[in-house]
Amino acid sequence: MKINIPTPLRAYTGGEQTVSVPGATVGEALVQLTGAYPELRQQLYTAEGKLRSFVNIYLNDDDIRYLPHIESTPVEESDELSIIPSIAGGCRGNL
Amino acid sequence: MLHLSYSNYAALRAHGEDTYPHECCGVLLGKSEPDGNHVRETVRAGNTRTDSAHNRYNIAPEELIRIQRQARKLDLDIVGFYHSHPDCPAQWSKTDFDEAHWVGCSYVITRVDQGKAVITNSFLLSGASEEDKTFLDEPVEIEVRENATELEQEKGKA
Repeated sequence: MKINIPTPLRAYTGGEQTVSVPGATVGEALVQLTGAYPELRQQLYTAEGKLRSFVNIYLNDDDIRYLPHIESTPVEESDELSIIPSIAGGCRGNL
Repeated sequence: MLHLSYSNYAALRAHGEDTYPHECCGVLLGKSEPDGNHVRETVRAGNTRTDSAHNRYNIAPEELIRIQRQARKLDLDIVGFYHSHPDCPAQWSKTDFDEAHWVGCSYVITRVDQGKAVITNSFLLSGASEEDKTFLDEPVEIEVRENATELEQEKGKA
């Protein structure tokens, strides 16, 4: 399946904006991704192995956190995973 | 350095005036070159922080996915983001810093006073990881050539 890599993480995928990996589930695809590009692991996961809170991973148009089977969700070759770090802020707390 | 056309510069400032007294937010599409981020398109996004829209913003990930698809179709990348600070300095806040995660991207902030865009600054998120990220003041180059060409074309039509 295809995984879309956001601009800031392409430094860890040799500049590739999409990466194709095998895998029968979301989790397997992510394991393949971080296996092929080990430096991505610490960008995506905490030291405890949890997905960082600001990293969103979407299976097509769905946030995997809200899928019934989360990372065990089965995927097909035609599916797309997108990694999207969050975008937020605001003037509250101005230094 | 951030490079953007006058029309894109005007567009992101106008967005801040349109949404005043709330914060606006949007995405900068373009290319990252050795001399900096070059913006080709600005894309308006919705601010989902309706609970505190005067001093917070958030772009829904679903909208970012859609904009990222749009960028790929245009053979462009997401090279930055913009938002406004209504009646607040055009300077990144602690909230802006804590919530910034797109290393290598430009974060453009426009101060809007009483509905009028005043100052626009850009900050480049630099670093190798979330743990050592930092905001760097980023010079902005406004390219007026495109605008001049449009003016010439309008003159030609007159």
